[in-house]
Amino acid sequence: MTPAEATHEDRYYVPHGSQWPIIGSIGLFLLMFGASHWLNGDDFGFWVMWTGVAVIVVMLFGWFGKVISESLAGRYNSQVDMSFRMGMFWFIFSEVMFFSAFFFALFYSRFFSVPWLGGESNNFFTNLFLWSGFEAVWPTNGPGDVGGQFQPMEPFGLPLLNTAVLLSSSVTVTIAHHALQQGNRLFLKIFLALTFLLGFTFIYLQGAEYIHAYTEMNLKLTTGIYGSTFFMLTGFHGLHVTLGAIILTIMWLRVMRGHFTPRHHFGFEAAAWYWHFVDVVWIALYVFVYWM
Amino acid sequence: MTTAVAGAHAAEHHGPPKGWRRWVFSTNHKDIGTMYLVFSLTMFFIGGTLALLIRTELFSPGLQFMLPEFFNQLTTMHALIMIFGAVMPSMVGLGNWMIPLMIGAPDMALPRMNNWSFWILPFAFTLLLSTFFMRGGAPAGGWTMYPPLVLQTGDAFPFLIFSIHLMGLSSIMGAINIIVTVLNLRAPDMSLLKMPLFVWAWLITAYLLLAVMPVLAGAVTMLLTDQFFGTSFFLAAGGGDPVLYQHIFWFFGHPEVYIMILPAFGLISEIIPTFARKPLFGHDSMVYALACIAFLSFVVWSHHMFTVGMPLTGQLFFMFATMLISVPTGVKIFNWTATMWRGAMTFETPMLFAIAFVVLFTIGGFSGLMVAIVPADIQYHDTYFVVAHFHYVLVPGSVFAVLGAVYYWLPKWTGTMYNEKLGQLHFWLSAIFVNVLFFPMHFVGLAGMPRRIPDYSVQFADFNAISSIGAYGFGLAQLLFVYIVIRAVRGKGKRATSEVWDHPKGLEWTVPSPAPHHTFEVPPKVSSADAFS
Amino acid sequence: MKRKLILGLAVFCLAGPACADWAINMPKGITDMSHETWRLHMHVFWWCVAIGIVVFGTMAYTIFKHRKSRGHQAAQFAHNGKLEVVWTAIPVIILLIMAVPAAETLVKLEYTQDPDLTVVITGYQWRWHYEYPDLGVEFFSTLAAESNAARRKGSGIDPATVENYLLDVDKPLVVPKGAKVRVLLTSKDVIHAWWVPALAIKKDAIPGFMNQMWFRPEQTGTYRGQCAELCGVDHGYMPVVVHVVEPAEFKTWVAARAEEAAPATAAGEEE
Ligand code: HEA
Ligand code: HEA
Ligand code: CUA
Ligand SMILES: [Cu+2]
Repeated sequence: MTPAEATHEDRYYVPHGSQWPIIGSIGLFLLMFGASHWLNGDDFGFWVMWTGVAVIVVMLFGWFGKVISESLAGRYNSQVDMSFRMGMFWFIFSEVMFFSAFFFALFYSRFFSVPWLGGESNNFFTNLFLWSGFEAVWPTNGPGDVGGQFQPMEPFGLPLLNTAVLLSSSVTVTIAHHALQQGNRLFLKIFLALTFLLGFTFIYLQGAEYIHAYTEMNLKLTTGIYGSTFFMLTGFHGLHVTLGAIILTIMWLRVMRGHFTPRHHFGFEAAAWYWHFVDVVWIALYVFVYWM
Repeated sequence: MTTAVAGAHAAEHHGPPKGWRRWVFSTNHKDIGTMYLVFSLTMFFIGGTLALLIRTELFSPGLQFMLPEFFNQLTTMHALIMIFGAVMPSMVGLGNWMIPLMIGAPDMALPRMNNWSFWILPFAFTLLLSTFFMRGGAPAGGWTMYPPLVLQTGDAFPFLIFSIHLMGLSSIMGAINIIVTVLNLRAPDMSLLKMPLFVWAWLITAYLLLAVMPVLAGAVTMLLTDQFFGTSFFLAAGGGDPVLYQHIFWFFGHPEVYIMILPAFGLISEIIPTFARKPLFGHDSMVYALACIAFLSFVVWSHHMFTVGMPLTGQLFFMFATMLISVPTGVKIFNWTATMWRGAMTFETPMLFAIAFVVLFTIGGFSGLMVAIVPADIQYHDTYFVVAHFHYVLVPGSVFAVLGAVYYWLPKWTGTMYNEKLGQLHFWLSAIFVNVLFFPMHFVGLAGMPRRIPDYSVQFADFNAISSIGAYGFGLAQLLFVYIVIRAVRGKGKRATSEVWDHPKGLEWTVPSPAPHHTFEVPPKVSSADAFS
Repeated sequence: MKRKLILGLAVFCLAGPACADWAINMPKGITDMSHETWRLHMHVFWWCVAIGIVVFGTMAYTIFKHRKSRGHQAAQFAHNGKLEVVWTAIPVIILLIMAVPAAETLVKLEYTQDPDLTVVITGYQWRWHYEYPDLGVEFFSTLAAESNAARRKGSGIDPATVENYLLDVDKPLVVPKGAKVRVLLTSKDVIHAWWVPALAIKKDAIPGFMNQMWFRPEQTGTYRGQCAELCGVDHGYMPVVVHVVEPAEFKTWVAARAEEAAPATAAGEEE
């Protein structure tokens, strides 16, 4: 068999050159170059940074647009589809590992450093000489009372409501997926819309919670290790929810344009996987950051 | 055979585009592989130049050439450039070139992302290298970037953090690509256990990368927020702990050192059977050993922190776990020896590098085992003994493996045989000088010379002078390497056949030399003779 | 030719550290624990040498014998289950032989209770602060002036003419011979590490935490070490010097220090 005779299913689609990656690199470079200067106190860096973001956004639209048009043109066989699936899966895995670093910081401070500062294990003299009087309890802003008196976040109320919001969005996205597979476009549109609306609701409520924490509870990013872990974990999660909700919105727009078939809808599935991932991270967050 | 199929229609398929577009927009695994390799060699020379500056200052006691702050910048940047710029990209480059050829795939699974993985690197290193010219100079807190010291970095600080983010991004995308390629694009009859060991080694390495690069990103992000946004991760007063950083860093850092050595193991497992004219001994146990090493690498990280004051149980656990790694590593050493045993060996340059690798890596492994013994490590830690340990596993380890692999595959890439005489000369110069360079470091380390110091007590003078001479010799030898490679690329030398060597095993030898721009557009048939079994 | 070189290389690599009593090895030190550490070091080292001889010897033999140029035909075996089990099991046994004494020594090293004397050491960029909390003595210890002058770039002073170049301080830590000294170690800025090879102890001084270690010096004399954790520009210039003296001498030293300190405090109070 020669390539000419090879059928479509046998041929793995290898795209010809693409300008998008290098544009992406330039965008990243501008973003980080600008951010560095901005953090060092040079104001122009701020604008460079946002230019970089804009370039990246353009790149994402261009790149994904190209992939979508290739897909619609039927260039991709099932093997290419599989590559995308695996790629997405392992990308999500790497995201999980990113969150693990922050969870590790949380567990380490709760179960090691804070008790040690309180004199446990081989740190009797740490407490005696350096932080006498400090008692290890969680939550804490440390023996130096960094950031001053604060109120810890309660697990019930708003956070619980947010849990419900996010969990139900996971249900709606699953319903939307089933609808898509069964060719029920109406349900697909409704439930997908519900999903990202719930997502944005979550972000809104989270924003309200942050404002409450900052203004009423004196709980800030600078509130010692508790504030650090709380805001970094929930903050990065919130960022991911935002991204996920935007992606879902785009998927919805694509649905409205008639994209996706009951059998080919990897873009939708990837968005749904991502959404489940932020959901699972939230459950871990709720349990370990808010509740326990 | 598959040769005909692979080559015949290359012409019909348009060849590479001309000019800069070919490289900047490339989606071709061979071109991207070449770019990785060229980038890596460039970085090796930059990192090496910094190393030569270090060795020049350390040639004799007293400060002759630079201020201490600049010396610390050199040490830090040397390590970052060598690790993230030279060794890792060289492995990715080899993987890019060879994995599709070895498993009968038309290209990498995600070709555009492949381009992006590469093209992030030049930007990342522009950010990093530009710090040399900033207020406060380049980062000087060591490549391990421990807080609180690293927080005293000047303007370079955010550039350091962000360049690491970019390198991480590049590695993660590269790793995803390799995993997907290996799992999804193998020729139909290439079962997992038939895969060549280099492919196996890279598959496992890719998982390591995927698991630890995001953790490094997390660690440096915490540094960033501690510095600029008032978090307390590494501040005791706020309930954090500077040592927390070390835990997270080494959770990345230890697997990282295996990221640099596992592909090297794979390369050696390709080279030795070819020149012993014998199948690799214990193919499957080699795979299990790799997996075992990779698994263990996640539970030994604190052996870099035996002096931080961990509770006793922690120290014991990490000591035992670390020692255990010797067992699967030993399996690999023994299997290579058994592969050579009763073979019909010849000693072309790749084989010479492979044999030197086995011997010198083992010596580095022995010193690794010694530093794993906690009470003894209390003496070794942060001395030149450790510097000797890791340079033995990295330079005559990873770097030699890459050099050997380049000689091994260069004829396949260029279609021209390199000059064997010069190759052997390069080998002997490298092998001799690398020992002159790094062996004396064991002695000064044991005698009590700390690492990361620009000046030292006179009792260490002799061995340091010898070391420095070794460094110059080793560096000069690498210029010869560049000359040899350029000659071959220019086509000066014998034409290479598609097999190149004496009946080597593996699909890469079934395509013509030089390998056409596109190969295996239709999956080849893997006869059992093509693959390792 | 090549074979000889490879062999020579292996021999060179092994023979080097084998000359254990030369200045190229770890010092035996002056405490029981340092002796134990030294023995452990040599124990593991010799095992490595032995394994090295077997492995490199086999390789040298096969490189010599099984080469094509001598007309050797390649065998085609690729498995040997029994052999593989053996060479997995033997390293495990060797590791156990190393691990047991290592663990025993470690347990002893970590036992910091029941000291005769406690010293609190604090790292600063770039000097050490020593305090004897029970004796009311405290002082800073900095790089000796001679070294400090010679170490400057372009100082024109040949380091070889400076006694104990970079390993000397203005005021050393003084401890009595035979006493179990507990060291409490912390830092006021970045991480440092306090290390004296002859005492075979090294630990990081971490800001905000208090680490512990101990030593019982069995010989009088002056012992030198250095900061062993990168701590910035002058990391290479904060040596550690310990004077081990007879207990009686230690008493007089303490008294003298207390006297020195007394007028100073008195003056301070008057203000
Ligand atoms: C390629 C990189 C690489 C590799 C492969 C290794 C391999 C090993 N390393 Fe190394 N290491 C580094 C790179 C590497 N290391 C670096 C860069 C640092 C310093 C980082 C820094 O601080 O900047 C470091 C530091 C380092 C430390 C910390 C030292 C200190 O700072 O105090 C320790 C401690 O345990 C250690 C241990 C080991 C061990 C046990 C192995 C084992 O994997 C070795 C196993 C191999 C063998 C043992 C030889 C072959 C085996 C046999 C022939 C079988 C029979 C043998 C026996 C039973 C003994 N390494
Ligand atoms: C893969 C990693 C890698 C590689 C390949 C190397 C290669 C080399 N390293 Fe590196 N090194 C590290 C990783 C590596 N190192 C790490 C991780 C550290 C720890 C850093 C830290 O403490 O934070 C370290 C630290 C380190 C130190 C200790 C510094 C200190 O503690 O203060 C020294 C000192 O001699 C050194 C020397 C060398 C030398 C001479 C080489 C040589 O092999 C280099 C040979 C290459 C060349 C020499 C290039 C050839 C170029 C030319 C010949 C160009 C000629 C042109 C001109 C001179 C213009 N290294
Ligand atoms: Cu203090 Cu290094
Ligand atoms: Cu390690």
